[in-house]
Amino acid sequence: MRVALFATCVNDALYPSTAVATVKVLERLGVEVDFPAEQTCCGQPQYNTGYRRATEPLVRRTARAFAGYDHVVTPSGSCVAMVRDNYPRIGAKALAEGRGRELSGAAASLVPKTYELTEFLVDVLGVTDVGAYFPHTVTYHPSCHGLRMLGLGDRPRRLLEAVRGLELVELPGAEECCGFGGTFAVKNADVSEAMGDDKIRNALSTDADVLCGADNSCLMHIGGMLRRQDAPLRALHLAEILASTEEEPLR
Amino acid sequence: MSGTYLGMPSFPEAARDAVRDVTLRGNLRRATHTIRDKRAGAVAELDDWGRLREAGKRIKDHTLRHLDRYLVQVEEAVTAAGGTVHWAADAAEANAIVTRLVQETGESEVVKVKSMATQETGLNEALEAHGIRAYETDLAELIVQLGKDRPSHLLVPAIHRNRGEIRDIFRSEMSEWGRPAPEGLTDTPAELAEAARLHLREKFLRARVGISGANFMVAETGTLVVVESEGNGRMCLTLPETLISVVGIEKVIPTWRDLEVFLQLLPRSSTAERMNPYTTMWTGTTDGDGPRAFHLVLLDNGRTDTLADEVGRQALRCIRCSACLNVCPVYERAGGHAYGSVYPGPIGAILSPQLRGTASAIDASLPYASSLCGACYDVCPVAIDIPEVLVHLREKVADQGGKGHRLERAAMRAATWLLDHPAALTAGERLASKTRKLHPERLPGPGARQWTNSRDLPDLPAEPFRDWWKKNRA
Amino acid sequence: MTPESSSRDRVLGRVRRALADAPEAPEITRDYRASHTPDDPATVLDLLHGNLADYRAGVQRSTRRDLPAVIGRLLAGHGAGSVVVPPGLPEAWLAASDTRRLPDDVPLTPAELDSADAVVTGCALAVAETGTVVLDAGPGQGRRALTLIPDLHICVVDVPGQVVASLPQALPRLDPTRPTTWISGPSATSDIELDRVEGVHGPRTLEVVLVVD
Repeated sequence: MRVALFATCVNDALYPSTAVATVKVLERLGVEVDFPAEQTCCGQPQYNTGYRRATEPLVRRTARAFAGYDHVVTPSGSCVAMVRDNYPRIGAKALAEGRGRELSGAAASLVPKTYELTEFLVDVLGVTDVGAYFPHTVTYHPSCHGLRMLGLGDRPRRLLEAVRGLELVELPGAEECCGFGGTFAVKNADVSEAMGDDKIRNALSTDADVLCGADNSCLMHIGGMLRRQDAPLRALHLAEILASTEEEPLR
Repeated sequence: MSGTYLGMPSFPEAARDAVRDVTLRGNLRRATHTIRDKRAGAVAELDDWGRLREAGKRIKDHTLRHLDRYLVQVEEAVTAAGGTVHWAADAAEANAIVTRLVQETGESEVVKVKSMATQETGLNEALEAHGIRAYETDLAELIVQLGKDRPSHLLVPAIHRNRGEIRDIFRSEMSEWGRPAPEGLTDTPAELAEAARLHLREKFLRARVGISGANFMVAETGTLVVVESEGNGRMCLTLPETLISVVGIEKVIPTWRDLEVFLQLLPRSSTAERMNPYTTMWTGTTDGDGPRAFHLVLLDNGRTDTLADEVGRQALRCIRCSACLNVCPVYERAGGHAYGSVYPGPIGAILSPQLRGTASAIDASLPYASSLCGACYDVCPVAIDIPEVLVHLREKVADQGGKGHRLERAAMRAATWLLDHPAALTAGERLASKTRKLHPERLPGPGARQWTNSRDLPDLPAEPFRDWWKKNRA
Repeated sequence: MTPESSSRDRVLGRVRRALADAPEAPEITRDYRASHTPDDPATVLDLLHGNLADYRAGVQRSTRRDLPAVIGRLLAGHGAGSVVVPPGLPEAWLAASDTRRLPDDVPLTPAELDSADAVVTGCALAVAETGTVVLDAGPGQGRRALTLIPDLHICVVDVPGQVVASLPQALPRLDPTRPTTWISGPSATSDIELDRVEGVHGPRTLEVVLVVD
């Protein structure tokens, strides 16, 4: 099977190790991975801040970049949620504004074939044991978009439970938002920080070594707070844990 | 809406103090977490919750789509049952109608059932200006009124107060308004409730005019429904000779049967009960039972503007259960007062800017008072997609320009340009990676400063993913 | 045109303009359950009993023959010195009690009701899934104020005739033109720290007698 990797702008620029890990996990499972270089960003920051029209070129670009593929896989729940929930809205509004069907067509082409990584592994490939090895205590933070908009459910947990050497511990208040929320973290910095404080207090109470998530934007916020406080816990993307093996362990 | 909130600072400013108020945060956290888990249990008892929710949503959407027809129908039914119907285009008109109706009775005091509509219009202040004293009789409203405070929650307006603070307010303020608090009053909830009972009973027994809102009004029968817990509602709806109900036009539902949906959705969502202790239903007037005169004031006050917005109109489905407040992480930290409106929390963040417009600092900031986590949409019993409406309103605010948004628009456009030109983007990423040792941990400037106040920036990677791909796979 | 009638036109005009381009709303669906409870009278009765008790109502089961004695014991047990009697209450129900009766045939004043200790009524309906008794001011129930001001309310439910399982079963049996009070346990509040405590303005004690023959 051949899939297109949607690396996302955050991973491309700031967390390439997550995108590399995604490539390695997929290849280990026999999937042929492509990276269409035309891709950049799904446009979520613009859209969620109220700049719908500024998002439109990125909707077109994203649809164009993945035009030739049946499966688009991305290690970012929030970017999938953007495509699935908001691209159709952007298309419908453009249509209602008398600006044609190009954007609604772009949305329609992407929505059915775009998968968050854990969805693709569990639902399309039918795999929960990806042959990973990661001898650490891990607690999992389900980011809001994955949890509530995509309904990822227990997919990430099932994948983590199958990792050899990994001890999964429950995160108290797991379903509560970490306080990132894109530009919310800047526009409402005090509330965002208060939410982040509670999230890391809960995470530290687990005595885990690693706080794992499936969305690097949330992890940038949580991890940034953990590092500022020199906390004995690091934030790590799920894909990097799944990519870690006995032969090539992640340190 | 009420002038009480004029000149409110923007949400982030108002929230800043609340976030640092340790007592307030403790009070809110305890209360919202208590009710959160209970609600989940009450909802889980019904395995058809999703279907009830869909029915509730559709009944409301259908009603809103034919609102003119149902308003005329409810007017006819109430009139036929002996009531009188008044129409108020805005808050001032509603207050003027109620004031005139009270004056016509010759009374100078009224007892009130907790009502969001009359809070929205600032009725108590309007009556006060005409020498009419309005007594709030809901326990939490009483706490707010005695404490010269503002409500901070739809259902529990004094949620920001803990039992100790409530005791102190009762001890120091009750004597100003009537029967003083009992000697040696402690902070046990049972004793506090008993003090409220004693304080208000004399007012109930002598009251000649009652004022209420309504949770529902049934078009086909002209029946009004008030859902409550304490019995203060029953007192106000039953004992006075004149009853005046001020009700938002979106509260109409088509049929008697529709109550079977909403009476399942509302109590479980709001107080996490299978059914609230008391529900009163009345249709016009009844000889020998309850008020002899009944007036229904139908209130617009911005609702028709909301109705005109194809995305925003879903906010009018709201049945004021407050489940969205109780699960909202932003509400939990910022408190209800920061929302600068009688409608706080997620629903307030989409309702207030629609009812009042987005001209003021507070109203322009409300659509951003959310991390878009979606917990509010999940629990909403009538499936209002609050995050969708928030983003829609952000677009309106951004379009109107104003402070901050012109710069932001330019930045967003620049970002889009860069992201639409991968060659330029790659060059930028490479430059950033090459100079990464030079980047400071804390950054100046708007946005960056807020970010790095409490968080480290991630280390920039040695190369962007694009370059890794080119070297290793392409 | 009076100012108010012009407001009526203004509001209705605004509504119509707001909806001018609105698409028709999707059809209303009612695929929710008519009841969540097996259609078995004993199960429904047990559920009613359990849910009433869960919200702190006292619950007694009685035969029709024993009902006067049960009511008498409840009045005496709560130390009631006087009891309000709504018009149409079956004479026999109070036959075993010597509590002073306050008939409402000539309406009692609010002050008289306030000094009464108890009220005994029948009901229109009881709903098992919610633990609710519904009063519609019919014979043996009286006007709404009677069950509001005295501190003890004893409510008699005829089983199975007056018992339904669910809200969808309850509403068609009620008459919307009558003033209706739905009561689920004694007066309560969640206003202090969102935790429920019983007893504010309504009766602090609700005793429900389920008459089972």
